[in-house]
Amino acid sequence: MTATIPRLGYADLGSLMDLQLGDEKHTRSATSTLDVIWVLYDRILHVSPDRVDDPDRDRFLLSKGHGPMAYYAVLAAKGFIDVDALRTFGRYDSVLGHHPDRNLVAGIEISSGSLGHGLGIAVGMALGLRARHSPARVFCLVGDAELDEGSNHEAIAFAGRAGLDSLVCVAVDNQSSSHGWPGGLAARFALEGWSSTTVDGRDHDLLERAFNAEHRGRPLAIVAVVESKG
Amino acid sequence: MSATMRERFYATAADLVESDERIAMVFADIGVGRLGNAERTHADRVINVGIREQLMIGVASGLALTGFRPIVHSFAPFAVERPFEMLKLDLGHVDVGAIVVSVGASYDTAVYGRTHEAPEDVSLLSALPGWRIYVPGHPAEAELLLRAAARTDERVYLRLSEQSNRLARPITPGRLYIERRGTEATVIAAGPLLDATLEATADMDVTVLYMTTPRPFDADTLHASLAGDLVVLVEPYLAGTSSAEVAAALADIPHRIATIGVPNVEHRKYGTWQDHNAAHGLDARGIRTRILRALSRGA
Repeated sequence: MTATIPRLGYADLGSLMDLQLGDEKHTRSATSTLDVIWVLYDRILHVSPDRVDDPDRDRFLLSKGHGPMAYYAVLAAKGFIDVDALRTFGRYDSVLGHHPDRNLVAGIEISSGSLGHGLGIAVGMALGLRARHSPARVFCLVGDAELDEGSNHEAIAFAGRAGLDSLVCVAVDNQSSSHGWPGGLAARFALEGWSSTTVDGRDHDLLERAFNAEHRGRPLAIVAVVESKG
Repeated sequence: MSATMRERFYATAADLVESDERIAMVFADIGVGRLGNAERTHADRVINVGIREQLMIGVASGLALTGFRPIVHSFAPFAVERPFEMLKLDLGHVDVGAIVVSVGASYDTAVYGRTHEAPEDVSLLSALPGWRIYVPGHPAEAELLLRAAARTDERVYLRLSEQSNRLARPITPGRLYIERRGTEATVIAAGPLLDATLEATADMDVTVLYMTTPRPFDADTLHASLAGDLVVLVEPYLAGTSSAEVAAALADIPHRIATIGVPNVEHRKYGTWQDHNAAHGLDARGIRTRILRALSRGA
Protein backbone atom coordinates (compact mmCIF):
# COMPACT_ATOMS: atom_id res chain seq x y z
CA MET A 1 0.00 0.00 0.00
CA THR A 2 1.39 3.39 -0.86
CA ALA A 3 0.30 6.93 -0.32
CA THR A 4 -2.76 5.99 1.70
CA ILE A 5 -3.20 7.50 5.13
CA PRO A 6 -4.79 4.74 7.18
CA ARG A 7 -7.64 6.06 9.26
CA LEU A 8 -8.75 2.93 10.99
CA GLY A 9 -7.23 -0.46 11.54
CA TYR A 10 -8.17 -4.08 11.18
CA ALA A 11 -9.61 -4.12 14.70
CA ASP A 12 -12.18 -1.54 13.64
CA LEU A 13 -13.58 -3.53 10.74
CA GLY A 14 -16.07 -5.46 12.83
CA SER A 15 -17.73 -2.32 14.10
CA LEU A 16 -17.70 -0.85 10.59
CA MET A 17 -19.46 -3.92 9.30
CA ASP A 18 -21.98 -3.69 12.12
CA LEU A 19 -23.04 -0.28 10.84
CA GLN A 20 -24.35 -1.93 7.68
CA LEU A 21 -27.72 -3.42 8.47
CA GLY A 22 -30.24 -5.22 6.33
CA ASP A 23 -28.30 -7.94 4.52
CA GLU A 24 -27.85 -10.41 7.30
CA LYS A 25 -28.43 -13.25 4.84
CA HIS A 26 -25.01 -12.52 3.36
CA THR A 27 -23.18 -11.81 6.60
CA ARG A 28 -21.16 -15.02 6.42
CA SER A 29 -20.38 -14.35 2.80
CA ALA A 30 -19.14 -10.90 3.72
CA THR A 31 -17.13 -12.16 6.65
CA SER A 32 -15.41 -14.75 4.49
CA THR A 33 -13.74 -12.08 2.39
CA LEU A 34 -12.75 -9.74 5.20
CA ASP A 35 -9.13 -10.73 5.73
CA VAL A 36 -8.30 -11.06 2.06
CA ILE A 37 -9.65 -7.62 1.26
CA TRP A 38 -7.95 -6.08 4.27
CA VAL A 39 -4.55 -7.54 3.37
CA LEU A 40 -4.94 -6.34 -0.19
CA TYR A 41 -5.75 -2.76 0.74
CA ASP A 42 -3.38 -2.65 3.72
CA ARG A 43 -0.32 -4.32 2.25
CA ILE A 44 -0.56 -5.03 -1.47
CA LEU A 45 -2.53 -2.64 -3.64
CA HIS A 46 -0.93 0.48 -5.06
CA VAL A 47 -4.04 2.60 -4.83
CA SER A 48 -5.34 5.27 -2.53
CA PRO A 49 -8.30 7.66 -2.31
CA ASP A 50 -6.32 10.42 -3.98
CA ARG A 51 -5.40 8.35 -7.05
CA VAL A 52 -8.56 6.48 -7.95
CA ASP A 53 -8.25 7.79 -11.52
CA ASP A 54 -4.54 7.11 -11.88
CA PRO A 55 -4.23 4.90 -14.98
CA ASP A 56 -1.36 3.04 -13.32
CA ARG A 57 -3.17 2.25 -10.09
CA ASP A 58 -3.69 -1.34 -9.10
CA ARG A 59 -7.27 -2.51 -9.57
CA PHE A 60 -9.32 -4.58 -7.14
CA LEU A 61 -12.47 -6.18 -8.53
CA LEU A 62 -14.98 -7.70 -6.14
CA SER A 63 -16.48 -10.14 -8.59
CA LYS A 64 -18.42 -11.84 -5.85
CA GLY A 65 -20.47 -8.76 -5.17
CA HIS A 66 -22.68 -10.54 -2.67
CA GLY A 67 -22.24 -9.36 0.88
CA PRO A 68 -20.01 -6.34 0.26
CA MET A 69 -20.09 -5.26 3.92
CA ALA A 70 -16.47 -6.28 4.42
CA TYR A 71 -15.45 -4.48 1.23
CA TYR A 72 -17.22 -1.29 2.28
CA ALA A 73 -15.74 -1.55 5.77
CA VAL A 74 -12.22 -1.75 4.37
CA LEU A 75 -12.88 1.10 1.95
CA ALA A 76 -14.14 3.19 4.84
CA ALA A 77 -11.16 2.29 6.99
CA LYS A 78 -8.84 3.34 4.20
CA GLY A 79 -10.60 6.60 3.48
CA PHE A 80 -12.28 5.79 0.17
CA ILE A 81 -15.77 6.29 1.59
CA ASP A 82 -17.15 8.09 4.62
CA VAL A 83 -17.87 5.98 7.65
CA ASP A 84 -21.24 7.68 7.95
CA ALA A 85 -22.20 6.35 4.51
CA LEU A 86 -22.09 2.83 5.94
CA ARG A 87 -25.21 3.61 7.97
CA THR A 88 -27.14 4.17 4.73
CA PHE A 89 -26.35 0.67 3.42
CA GLY A 90 -29.07 -0.54 1.08
CA ARG A 91 -31.31 2.49 1.33
CA TYR A 92 -32.98 3.84 -1.80
CA ASP A 93 -30.69 6.82 -2.17
CA SER A 94 -27.55 5.29 -0.72
CA VAL A 95 -24.37 4.93 -2.75
CA LEU A 96 -23.74 1.64 -0.95
CA GLY A 97 -26.07 -1.07 -2.21
CA HIS A 98 -26.07 -4.72 -1.35
CA HIS A 99 -24.15 -5.07 -4.57
CA PRO A 100 -21.51 -2.42 -5.39
CA ASP A 101 -21.83 0.10 -8.23
CA ARG A 102 -18.70 1.74 -9.58
CA ASN A 103 -20.72 4.67 -10.84
CA LEU A 104 -21.75 5.64 -7.33
CA VAL A 105 -18.46 5.33 -5.43
CA ALA A 106 -15.06 6.54 -6.60
CA GLY A 107 -12.61 3.75 -5.98
CA ILE A 108 -14.97 0.88 -6.72
CA GLU A 109 -13.72 -0.50 -10.01
CA ILE A 110 -16.73 -2.47 -11.29
CA SER A 111 -20.42 -2.88 -10.65
CA SER A 112 -20.91 -6.46 -9.55
CA GLY A 113 -23.24 -8.84 -7.83
CA SER A 114 -24.30 -11.19 -10.58
CA LEU A 115 -21.82 -14.02 -10.30
CA GLY A 116 -19.32 -14.82 -12.99
CA HIS A 117 -18.64 -11.38 -14.44
CA GLY A 118 -15.62 -9.97 -12.66
CA LEU A 119 -12.94 -12.32 -13.89
CA GLY A 120 -13.74 -11.72 -17.55
CA ILE A 121 -13.55 -7.98 -17.01
CA ALA A 122 -10.31 -8.45 -15.09
CA VAL A 123 -8.84 -10.31 -18.04
CA GLY A 124 -9.75 -7.41 -20.30
CA MET A 125 -8.21 -4.95 -17.87
CA ALA A 126 -5.00 -6.96 -17.71
CA LEU A 127 -4.87 -7.07 -21.51
CA GLY A 128 -5.44 -3.34 -21.70
CA LEU A 129 -2.80 -2.56 -19.10
CA ARG A 130 -0.33 -4.84 -20.87
CA ALA A 131 -0.98 -3.08 -24.16
CA ARG A 132 -0.29 0.23 -22.43
CA HIS A 133 2.88 -1.12 -20.79
CA SER A 134 1.45 -0.17 -17.43
CA PRO A 135 2.96 -1.60 -14.23
CA ALA A 136 -0.50 -1.86 -12.70
CA ARG A 137 -1.88 -5.18 -11.52
CA VAL A 138 -5.44 -6.49 -11.43
CA PHE A 139 -6.75 -8.41 -8.44
CA CYS A 140 -10.08 -10.16 -8.77
CA LEU A 141 -11.88 -11.78 -5.84
CA VAL A 142 -14.22 -14.66 -6.61
CA GLY A 143 -15.95 -17.18 -4.39
CA ASP A 144 -15.63 -20.95 -4.65
CA ALA A 145 -19.36 -21.21 -5.41
CA GLU A 146 -19.12 -18.38 -7.89
CA LEU A 147 -16.70 -20.53 -9.85
CA ASP A 148 -19.65 -22.78 -10.67
CA GLU A 149 -20.53 -20.16 -13.29
CA GLY A 150 -19.16 -21.26 -16.65
CA SER A 151 -18.11 -17.78 -17.66
CA ASN A 152 -15.28 -17.97 -15.12
CA HIS A 153 -13.82 -20.93 -16.93
CA GLU A 154 -13.74 -19.03 -20.20
CA ALA A 155 -11.65 -16.44 -18.37
CA ILE A 156 -9.46 -18.92 -16.51
CA ALA A 157 -8.60 -20.84 -19.66
CA PHE A 158 -7.85 -17.78 -21.76
CA ALA A 159 -5.85 -15.93 -19.09
CA GLY A 160 -3.55 -18.91 -18.75
CA ARG A 161 -2.96 -19.13 -22.49
CA ALA A 162 -2.38 -15.38 -22.69
CA GLY A 163 0.18 -15.45 -19.89
CA LEU A 164 -1.41 -12.52 -18.08
CA ASP A 165 1.06 -12.13 -15.24
CA SER A 166 -0.46 -8.83 -14.08
CA LEU A 167 -3.62 -10.73 -13.17
CA VAL A 168 -4.26 -12.22 -9.74
CA CYS A 169 -7.42 -14.14 -8.94
CA VAL A 170 -8.08 -14.79 -5.28
CA ALA A 171 -10.73 -17.42 -4.71
CA VAL A 172 -12.18 -17.26 -1.23
CA ASP A 173 -13.09 -20.84 -0.47
CA ASN A 174 -15.71 -21.30 2.21
CA GLN A 175 -16.78 -24.61 0.70
CA SER A 176 -20.10 -23.29 -0.49
CA SER A 177 -20.00 -24.70 -4.02
CA SER A 178 -22.90 -27.14 -4.27
CA HIS A 179 -20.84 -29.85 -5.95
CA GLY A 180 -17.36 -28.92 -4.78
CA TRP A 181 -14.10 -28.98 -6.69
CA PRO A 182 -12.54 -32.45 -6.79
CA GLY A 183 -8.77 -32.10 -6.65
CA GLY A 184 -9.07 -28.63 -5.22
CA LEU A 185 -9.52 -25.24 -6.76
CA ALA A 186 -5.80 -24.57 -7.11
CA ALA A 187 -5.45 -27.60 -9.38
CA ARG A 188 -8.19 -26.24 -11.61
CA PHE A 189 -6.24 -23.04 -12.18
CA ALA A 190 -2.89 -24.82 -12.50
CA LEU A 191 -4.30 -27.02 -15.24
CA GLU A 192 -4.90 -23.89 -17.29
CA GLY A 193 -1.37 -22.56 -16.86
CA TRP A 194 -1.79 -20.40 -13.80
CA SER A 195 0.63 -20.27 -10.93
CA SER A 196 -1.57 -21.34 -8.05
CA THR A 197 -1.37 -21.83 -4.34
CA THR A 198 -3.65 -22.48 -1.40
CA VAL A 199 -3.34 -20.55 1.84
CA ASP A 200 -5.16 -19.90 5.08
CA GLY A 201 -7.55 -17.09 4.21
CA ARG A 202 -7.35 -15.71 7.74
CA ASP A 203 -3.57 -15.54 8.01
CA HIS A 204 -2.47 -12.09 6.95
CA ASP A 205 1.22 -12.88 6.62
CA LEU A 206 0.58 -15.96 4.52
CA LEU A 207 -1.80 -14.02 2.32
CA GLU A 208 0.75 -11.26 1.88
CA ARG A 209 3.43 -13.76 0.97
CA ALA A 210 1.12 -15.42 -1.53
CA PHE A 211 0.21 -12.12 -3.18
CA ASN A 212 3.88 -11.23 -3.52
CA ALA A 213 4.93 -14.60 -4.93
CA GLU A 214 6.82 -14.62 -8.23
CA HIS A 215 4.62 -15.65 -11.17
CA ARG A 216 6.36 -14.26 -14.22
CA GLY A 217 4.61 -15.11 -17.47
CA ARG A 218 1.60 -16.63 -15.75
CA PRO A 219 -1.46 -15.32 -13.93
CA LEU A 220 -1.61 -16.06 -10.23
CA ALA A 221 -4.44 -17.85 -8.43
CA ILE A 222 -4.62 -17.83 -4.66
CA VAL A 223 -7.15 -20.06 -2.99
CA ALA A 224 -7.85 -18.49 0.38
CA VAL A 225 -9.48 -21.11 2.55
CA VAL A 226 -11.75 -19.92 5.34
CA GLU A 227 -14.18 -21.68 7.64
CA SER A 228 -17.00 -23.53 5.93
CA LYS A 229 -20.14 -21.60 5.25
CA GLY A 230 -21.90 -24.69 6.55
CA MET B 1 -13.70 -1.75 -52.35
CA SER B 2 -15.05 -4.83 -50.64
CA ALA B 3 -18.16 -6.33 -52.15
CA THR B 4 -20.04 -7.19 -49.00
CA MET B 5 -20.74 -5.43 -45.73
CA ARG B 6 -18.71 -8.05 -43.95
CA GLU B 7 -15.65 -7.57 -46.15
CA ARG B 8 -15.99 -3.83 -45.86
CA PHE B 9 -16.15 -4.18 -42.08
CA TYR B 10 -12.91 -6.15 -41.90
CA ALA B 11 -11.11 -3.66 -44.12
CA THR B 12 -12.38 -0.72 -42.12
CA ALA B 13 -11.59 -2.35 -38.79
CA ALA B 14 -8.05 -3.05 -39.97
CA ASP B 15 -7.65 0.58 -40.92
CA LEU B 16 -9.03 1.75 -37.59
CA VAL B 17 -6.64 -0.52 -35.69
CA GLU B 18 -3.73 0.83 -37.73
CA SER B 19 -4.70 4.48 -37.46
CA ASP B 20 -6.17 4.81 -33.97
CA GLU B 21 -4.30 3.38 -31.00
CA ARG B 22 -7.49 3.50 -28.92
CA ILE B 23 -9.12 0.84 -31.06
CA ALA B 24 -8.97 -2.73 -29.77
CA MET B 25 -10.48 -5.66 -31.63
CA VAL B 26 -11.85 -8.65 -29.75
CA PHE B 27 -12.69 -11.79 -31.70
CA ALA B 28 -14.26 -15.03 -30.56
CA ASP B 29 -12.74 -16.98 -33.45
CA ILE B 30 -15.19 -15.62 -36.04
CA GLY B 31 -13.28 -13.22 -38.28
CA VAL B 32 -9.80 -14.11 -37.07
CA GLY B 33 -7.26 -13.58 -39.83
CA ARG B 34 -9.44 -11.15 -41.75
CA LEU B 35 -7.65 -8.01 -40.55
CA GLY B 36 -4.40 -8.97 -42.24
CA ASN B 37 -1.27 -7.15 -41.14
CA ALA B 38 -3.12 -5.24 -38.45
CA GLU B 39 -3.49 -8.44 -36.47
CA ARG B 40 0.24 -9.11 -36.53
CA THR B 41 1.40 -5.53 -36.10
CA HIS B 42 -0.95 -4.79 -33.23
CA ALA B 43 -1.29 -8.18 -31.60
CA ASP B 44 -1.54 -6.53 -28.19
CA ARG B 45 -4.92 -5.05 -29.08
CA VAL B 46 -6.22 -7.43 -31.70
CA ILE B 47 -7.26 -10.26 -29.44
CA ASN B 48 -8.89 -13.59 -30.11
CA VAL B 49 -10.33 -15.12 -26.96
CA GLY B 50 -11.42 -18.28 -28.73
CA ILE B 51 -14.99 -19.51 -28.81
CA ARG B 52 -15.78 -17.72 -25.56
CA GLU B 53 -18.41 -15.10 -26.25
CA GLN B 54 -19.16 -14.26 -22.62
CA LEU B 55 -15.48 -13.55 -22.17
CA MET B 56 -15.44 -11.55 -25.39
CA ILE B 57 -17.81 -9.01 -23.84
CA GLY B 58 -16.12 -9.06 -20.44
CA VAL B 59 -12.76 -8.44 -22.09
CA ALA B 60 -14.28 -5.56 -24.03
CA SER B 61 -15.46 -4.06 -20.75
CA GLY B 62 -12.01 -4.38 -19.21
CA LEU B 63 -10.38 -2.87 -22.26
CA ALA B 64 -12.80 0.06 -22.16
CA LEU B 65 -12.04 0.53 -18.47
CA THR B 66 -8.37 0.88 -19.36
CA GLY B 67 -8.96 3.48 -22.04
CA PHE B 68 -9.55 1.50 -25.22
CA ARG B 69 -12.39 1.61 -27.70
CA PRO B 70 -13.21 -2.08 -28.19
CA ILE B 71 -14.86 -3.59 -31.23
CA VAL B 72 -16.23 -7.09 -30.72
CA HIS B 73 -17.47 -9.29 -33.49
CA SER B 74 -19.31 -12.53 -34.11
CA PHE B 75 -22.46 -13.93 -35.62
CA ALA B 76 -25.52 -12.22 -34.21
CA PRO B 77 -26.66 -15.10 -31.99
CA PHE B 78 -23.23 -15.29 -30.38
CA ALA B 79 -22.62 -11.56 -30.16
CA VAL B 80 -26.01 -10.68 -28.69
CA GLU B 81 -27.95 -13.64 -27.37
CA ARG B 82 -25.39 -15.87 -25.70
CA PRO B 83 -23.62 -13.06 -23.80
CA PHE B 84 -26.72 -10.95 -23.25
CA GLU B 85 -26.18 -10.54 -19.52
CA MET B 86 -22.62 -9.41 -20.18
CA LEU B 87 -23.93 -6.77 -22.56
CA LYS B 88 -26.37 -5.67 -19.89
CA LEU B 89 -23.96 -5.64 -16.97
CA ASP B 90 -20.31 -5.63 -18.11
CA LEU B 91 -21.02 -2.82 -20.56
CA GLY B 92 -24.32 -1.24 -19.51
CA HIS B 93 -24.27 -1.38 -15.73
CA VAL B 94 -20.52 -0.85 -15.53
CA ASP B 95 -21.24 2.00 -17.94
CA VAL B 96 -18.56 1.68 -20.57
CA GLY B 97 -18.81 1.61 -24.33
CA ALA B 98 -18.03 -0.88 -27.04
CA ILE B 99 -18.97 -1.52 -30.63
CA VAL B 100 -20.65 -4.87 -31.20
CA VAL B 101 -20.54 -5.82 -34.88
CA SER B 102 -22.58 -8.82 -35.95
CA VAL B 103 -22.88 -10.73 -39.17
CA GLY B 104 -25.57 -13.22 -40.10
CA ALA B 105 -28.52 -10.89 -39.50
CA SER B 106 -31.89 -12.64 -39.24
CA TYR B 107 -31.13 -15.64 -41.42
CA ASP B 108 -28.13 -15.05 -43.68
CA THR B 109 -26.89 -18.52 -42.81
CA ALA B 110 -30.30 -20.12 -42.79
CA VAL B 111 -28.79 -23.31 -44.11
CA TYR B 112 -27.65 -23.94 -40.53
CA GLY B 113 -31.14 -23.44 -39.21
CA ARG B 114 -32.36 -21.70 -36.10
CA THR B 115 -29.06 -21.87 -34.20
CA HIS B 116 -27.54 -19.25 -36.46
CA GLU B 117 -30.58 -17.03 -36.88
CA ALA B 118 -31.17 -13.90 -34.82
CA PRO B 119 -34.21 -11.94 -35.98
CA GLU B 120 -34.70 -10.88 -32.34
CA ASP B 121 -31.34 -9.14 -31.91
CA VAL B 122 -32.57 -5.58 -32.40
CA SER B 123 -35.49 -6.14 -30.04
CA LEU B 124 -33.20 -7.54 -27.38
CA LEU B 125 -30.76 -4.65 -27.51
CA SER B 126 -33.63 -2.19 -27.69
CA ALA B 127 -34.66 -3.46 -24.27
CA LEU B 128 -31.38 -2.24 -22.79
CA PRO B 129 -30.86 1.46 -22.12
CA GLY B 130 -28.21 3.49 -23.86
CA TRP B 131 -27.60 1.42 -26.97
CA ARG B 132 -27.25 2.95 -30.41
CA ILE B 133 -28.29 0.47 -33.08
CA TYR B 134 -27.18 0.75 -36.69
CA VAL B 135 -28.64 -1.31 -39.54
CA PRO B 136 -26.81 -0.32 -42.71
CA GLY B 137 -28.18 -1.21 -46.12
CA HIS B 138 -24.97 -0.98 -48.09
CA PRO B 139 -21.27 -1.69 -47.47
CA ALA B 140 -20.39 2.00 -47.76
CA GLU B 141 -22.97 2.80 -45.11
CA ALA B 142 -21.54 0.07 -42.90
CA GLU B 143 -18.14 1.73 -43.11
CA LEU B 144 -19.56 5.18 -42.45
CA LEU B 145 -21.47 3.96 -39.40
CA LEU B 146 -18.51 2.01 -38.03
CA ARG B 147 -16.25 5.02 -38.32
CA ALA B 148 -18.89 7.20 -36.66
CA ALA B 149 -19.15 4.70 -33.82
CA ALA B 150 -15.38 4.56 -33.41
CA ARG B 151 -15.28 8.29 -32.74
CA THR B 152 -17.54 7.96 -29.70
CA ASP B 153 -17.53 6.02 -26.45
CA GLU B 154 -21.11 4.85 -26.82
CA ARG B 155 -22.50 1.34 -26.73
CA VAL B 156 -23.16 0.64 -30.38
CA TYR B 157 -24.59 -2.36 -32.20
CA LEU B 158 -23.79 -2.56 -35.91
CA ARG B 159 -25.87 -5.18 -37.68
CA LEU B 160 -24.39 -6.35 -40.97
CA SER B 161 -26.20 -8.45 -43.52
CA GLU B 162 -25.56 -10.21 -46.79
CA GLN B 163 -28.54 -8.50 -48.33
CA SER B 164 -27.63 -5.07 -49.57
CA ASN B 165 -29.21 -2.24 -51.52
CA ARG B 166 -27.76 -1.47 -54.94
CA LEU B 167 -26.74 2.06 -54.02
CA ALA B 168 -25.61 3.68 -50.81
CA ARG B 169 -27.50 6.71 -49.58
CA PRO B 170 -25.97 9.88 -48.12
CA ILE B 171 -27.12 8.93 -44.65
CA THR B 172 -26.46 10.77 -41.41
CA PRO B 173 -26.04 8.54 -38.34
CA GLY B 174 -29.05 8.88 -36.10
CA ARG B 175 -31.34 10.34 -38.75
CA LEU B 176 -33.98 9.00 -41.09
CA TYR B 177 -33.16 9.71 -44.72
CA ILE B 178 -36.04 11.01 -46.82
CA GLU B 179 -35.90 8.82 -49.91
CA ARG B 180 -39.12 9.94 -51.53
CA ARG B 181 -42.08 12.15 -50.68
CA GLY B 182 -45.74 11.25 -51.20
CA THR B 183 -49.10 12.00 -49.63
CA GLU B 184 -51.05 8.82 -48.86
CA ALA B 185 -48.83 7.05 -46.33
CA THR B 186 -45.38 6.93 -44.78
CA VAL B 187 -43.26 3.85 -45.31
CA ILE B 188 -40.16 3.37 -43.16
CA ALA B 189 -37.73 0.91 -44.72
CA ALA B 190 -34.88 -0.33 -42.56
CA GLY B 191 -31.42 -1.11 -43.91
CA PRO B 192 -31.22 -3.73 -46.64
CA LEU B 193 -34.97 -3.74 -47.31
CA LEU B 194 -34.95 -0.33 -48.97
CA ASP B 195 -34.60 -1.58 -52.53
CA ALA B 196 -37.42 -4.09 -52.16
CA THR B 197 -39.57 -1.42 -50.55
CA LEU B 198 -38.93 1.05 -53.37
CA GLU B 199 -39.77 -1.59 -55.94
CA ALA B 200 -42.94 -2.48 -54.05
CA THR B 201 -44.11 1.13 -53.83
CA ALA B 202 -42.91 2.37 -57.22
CA ASP B 203 -46.42 3.34 -58.34
CA MET B 204 -47.73 4.43 -54.95
CA ASP B 205 -48.06 8.00 -53.71
CA VAL B 206 -46.22 7.41 -50.43
CA THR B 207 -43.34 8.93 -48.55
CA VAL B 208 -40.44 6.52 -48.08
CA LEU B 209 -38.10 7.09 -45.17
CA TYR B 210 -34.87 5.10 -45.01
CA MET B 211 -33.85 4.00 -41.53
CA THR B 212 -30.29 2.96 -40.70
CA THR B 213 -30.47 3.96 -37.02
CA PRO B 214 -33.42 2.19 -35.39
CA ARG B 215 -32.20 3.34 -31.94
CA PRO B 216 -32.37 6.00 -30.87
CA PHE B 217 -35.28 6.40 -33.22
CA ASP B 218 -35.40 9.64 -35.20
CA ALA B 219 -38.80 10.82 -34.00
CA ASP B 220 -38.27 14.38 -35.22
CA THR B 221 -37.86 13.48 -38.88
CA LEU B 222 -40.83 11.12 -38.83
CA HIS B 223 -43.00 13.73 -37.16
CA ALA B 224 -41.96 16.44 -39.60
CA SER B 225 -42.27 14.37 -42.76
CA LEU B 226 -45.38 12.36 -42.00
CA ALA B 227 -47.66 11.72 -44.98
CA GLY B 228 -51.18 10.37 -44.50
CA ASP B 229 -52.34 8.60 -41.37
CA LEU B 230 -50.70 5.25 -42.11
CA VAL B 231 -47.14 4.39 -41.11
CA VAL B 232 -45.75 1.15 -42.51
CA LEU B 233 -42.66 -0.26 -40.84
CA VAL B 234 -40.58 -2.54 -43.05
CA GLU B 235 -37.86 -4.11 -40.92
CA PRO B 236 -35.55 -7.07 -41.65
CA TYR B 237 -35.80 -8.34 -38.08
CA LEU B 238 -38.83 -9.09 -35.88
CA ALA B 239 -41.98 -7.45 -37.21
CA GLY B 240 -43.01 -4.47 -35.13
CA THR B 241 -39.64 -3.97 -33.48
CA SER B 242 -39.96 -0.21 -33.89
CA SER B 243 -43.73 0.10 -33.40
CA ALA B 244 -43.47 1.61 -29.95
CA GLU B 245 -40.97 4.16 -31.20
CA VAL B 246 -43.31 5.21 -33.99
CA ALA B 247 -46.26 5.40 -31.62
CA ALA B 248 -44.28 7.55 -29.21
CA ALA B 249 -43.09 9.82 -32.01
CA LEU B 250 -46.67 10.38 -33.19
CA ALA B 251 -48.38 10.47 -29.82
CA ASP B 252 -50.01 13.78 -30.72
CA ILE B 253 -51.16 12.71 -34.20
CA PRO B 254 -53.90 10.14 -34.96
CA HIS B 255 -52.26 7.41 -37.01
CA ARG B 256 -52.25 3.72 -37.87
CA ILE B 257 -49.23 1.42 -37.89
CA ALA B 258 -48.70 -1.61 -40.11
CA THR B 259 -45.67 -3.78 -39.46
CA ILE B 260 -43.78 -5.89 -41.95
CA GLY B 261 -40.91 -8.00 -40.70
CA VAL B 262 -39.86 -11.43 -39.58
CA PRO B 263 -42.65 -13.26 -37.73
CA ASN B 264 -41.92 -14.28 -34.15
CA VAL B 265 -42.24 -18.03 -34.61
CA GLU B 266 -39.90 -20.96 -34.16
CA HIS B 267 -38.20 -21.15 -37.54
CA ARG B 268 -37.53 -24.65 -38.86
CA LYS B 269 -36.69 -23.98 -42.49
CA TYR B 270 -33.24 -23.98 -44.09
CA GLY B 271 -32.31 -22.60 -47.50
CA THR B 272 -31.19 -19.03 -48.17
CA TRP B 273 -32.05 -15.58 -46.91
CA GLN B 274 -33.84 -15.05 -50.22
CA ASP B 275 -36.02 -18.07 -49.50
CA HIS B 276 -36.87 -16.70 -46.08
CA ASN B 277 -37.57 -13.20 -47.35
CA ALA B 278 -40.04 -14.66 -49.83
CA ALA B 279 -41.64 -16.89 -47.21
CA HIS B 280 -42.07 -14.02 -44.76
CA GLY B 281 -43.29 -11.50 -47.33
CA LEU B 282 -40.10 -9.48 -47.20
CA ASP B 283 -39.44 -9.43 -50.94
CA ALA B 284 -40.89 -6.69 -53.14
CA ARG B 285 -43.97 -8.71 -53.94
CA GLY B 286 -44.76 -9.48 -50.33
CA ILE B 287 -44.10 -5.95 -49.16
CA ARG B 288 -46.35 -4.56 -51.90
CA THR B 289 -49.18 -6.88 -50.97
CA ARG B 290 -49.01 -5.92 -47.31
CA ILE B 291 -48.83 -2.19 -47.99
CA LEU B 292 -51.78 -2.28 -50.41
CA ARG B 293 -53.77 -4.22 -47.84
CA ALA B 294 -52.96 -1.67 -45.15
CA LEU B 295 -53.88 1.21 -47.44
CA SER B 296 -57.20 -0.38 -48.39
CA ARG B 297 -58.15 -0.86 -44.75
CA GLY B 298 -57.91 2.86 -44.21
CA ALA B 299 -59.98 3.77 -47.22
